[in-house]
Amino acid sequence: MALLELRNVSKIYHLGGEEIRALDDVSLDIGAGEFCSIIGPSGSGKSTLMHILGCLDSPSKGTIQLDGTEIQKASTRELAQIRNRKIGFVFQFFNLLPKLNVVQNVELPMIYAGIGGRERRERALKALEQVELTNRLKNRPSQLSGGQQQRVAIARALVNDPKIIFADEPTGNLDTHTGEVILALFRRLSHEGRTVILVTHNPEIAAVTPRRIEIRNGKIADKVDDRLAGLDRTPLLSGAGH
Amino acid sequence: MSLWNAVIVGLKEIWAHKFRSLLTMLGIILGVSSLIAMSALVTGMEKGAKESLIAVGGLQKMRVEVAPLPVDQRHLRDFATGVTLRDVYALQRSAPEILEVSPQMRLEPQPTLAANGKIYRTWMISGVWPVQLEMMEHTVEHGRMFTALDNELARNVCVIGDGVRDALWGSPEETGEPVIPIGREMTISGYPFTVVGMFQHYESEQERKTRELAEAEAAQLKAAGVTNSATGPKRSRGWGGSGRGGWSPFRMKNSTVYLPLNTAWLKLKAGLTNSPAEPKLSDMEIKVRDVAQLDLAMTQIRNVLMVTHRGIEDFSFRTQEDWAEQIGTFISNARLSGGIIAGISLLVGGIGIMNIMLASISERIREIGIRKAVGAGGLDIFTQIVVESTVIAVVGGLAGLATSIGLIRVITYVTPTDNAPIVTLTSMLLAFGASVLIGVLAGLFPAIKAARMNVIQSLRYD
Repeated sequence: MALLELRNVSKIYHLGGEEIRALDDVSLDIGAGEFCSIIGPSGSGKSTLMHILGCLDSPSKGTIQLDGTEIQKASTRELAQIRNRKIGFVFQFFNLLPKLNVVQNVELPMIYAGIGGRERRERALKALEQVELTNRLKNRPSQLSGGQQQRVAIARALVNDPKIIFADEPTGNLDTHTGEVILALFRRLSHEGRTVILVTHNPEIAAVTPRRIEIRNGKIADKVDDRLAGLDRTPLLSGAGH
Repeated sequence: MSLWNAVIVGLKEIWAHKFRSLLTMLGIILGVSSLIAMSALVTGMEKGAKESLIAVGGLQKMRVEVAPLPVDQRHLRDFATGVTLRDVYALQRSAPEILEVSPQMRLEPQPTLAANGKIYRTWMISGVWPVQLEMMEHTVEHGRMFTALDNELARNVCVIGDGVRDALWGSPEETGEPVIPIGREMTISGYPFTVVGMFQHYESEQERKTRELAEAEAAQLKAAGVTNSATGPKRSRGWGGSGRGGWSPFRMKNSTVYLPLNTAWLKLKAGLTNSPAEPKLSDMEIKVRDVAQLDLAMTQIRNVLMVTHRGIEDFSFRTQEDWAEQIGTFISNARLSGGIIAGISLLVGGIGIMNIMLASISERIREIGIRKAVGAGGLDIFTQIVVESTVIAVVGGLAGLATSIGLIRVITYVTPTDNAPIVTLTSMLLAFGASVLIGVLAGLFPAIKAARMNVIQSLRYD
């Protein structure tokens, strides 16, 4: 059984009497340990798909199973718990809390998981080790570079040992080189057996992943864009992974 | 998230915006301190008023005095006996709820007292039994109270209050030495009397403080070498005082002159009636056994007196209940109005907190979004906001407790002669509790708002 199973999922918004189908009858399976990307232009519904996959939002229709749990009927409270335990998020704008230092930011999900102070700190340090950022523990996010901030965000996403990591345009706010380093990190996480889902509008980034899901007008495109097919073997990440 | 974590986060949030938090807390600080100060002032006043009540014998005491006949008995006017010693004896025998009866024969019109080349009139001069001493809560400081024998023999002796002493022999403050006129001669309506005792000086807490302040001032002036500090003619303020202005039960007690009842009756002919065997009293002071049984005691007294007065109701009761009630009403009014004012300032403080919490959550929309994205439930966010506002209120409340002490000092300094404010633990707990409650209430609405925020929208919020 797949880790994530979407069956006939639709998300419908009503804007001034007009019905907008952000997602239209999407069915999708993502297996455990898969490294895939969701790609599509802005307005295609990819963000909506990610929100629903990431339990930030509930679908209007259809069913979703995450790790064997039906989540389309879950309450906001249950969704929060699922996000806390099974999902890690990495955002384009890092979304770190500016008033907390690096360690405290990484500890944040564990606070809501009810983990005690000492264990929290140990696990936060371990997660920061994984992203190779152990020398700036007491700094505030504003004192870090973009790449460092994104690594803190990844450490935060990892710290509760989630099944799935969602990254929403994780390199969108970084320069090319830093972006490559971050992508290499995701690739490494994927090799360590985690399910990593990249959401992007950039085909070059999507090309890093073995599987690409393309969204157009709220539906999954039957065929992956030709332009993407050719990029499949391009060694974007030289020296990383393989 | 544990409550402890929420408190820590709340404290950090306050620390991060020190000035803003201080301004927010100011309302609570002022509310709490004014609530405590108000309560302390009223408690002080209450104590002063109760002191006065106790000085005249408290609720246990009542007075039976001569009263006009009721309309339906007017035609029996000539048979009315008035309050007489017979009543006193009858009550002593037949009214078990009575602890003590003390007859009083007021000398009216007030006779002139003369001694030492000075004359003085007091309205508190009466012939009494020695039992009047405890009845009116008097204490003889110098000399003695006249005895039953003095009364029996109708001796020309009297006991005076130190206000009378001040008027006739001069006060120690004026003469600079103690003046104890025991054994000295004094005439009452021209009859010579010997002063055998003098009461202690009675004063309220408030008067004591005024006096001490004046003494300290005088000492200072003396030290500075100023001999005559008078700025004009000597004056009394208000009527009926013994030179120090105003009426108070204490001043009344200080200008008392007591002589034996028989002396007043036989020598000064104050109690003449048709029958010389029954001297007419002006009133009886009665102390009942139990305040709770006041009504029963009054019924007993009335029954006895209706017999001795042959059914003619020419007497009436006067209790201290009215006064006590007045004190009670006044105190509760003062407490209520002060409480309302302090409550309003607490409310304003609470609104201030709510306002700042609303501002705080709208500038932290993104933070709330992030917290929710990493797994905070609505309840976690709700708790965090409520705890933050409560922490502000609690810190403000504690600061208010500290401020109230200073505030009361200031009030005491500005009005040193008033009743000293009394800070009670209850008022402090109440004020602190109110501030905590206000903090929780003020946090509710912002907290609900924050808890209901949509994750996706708040994550996108700039």
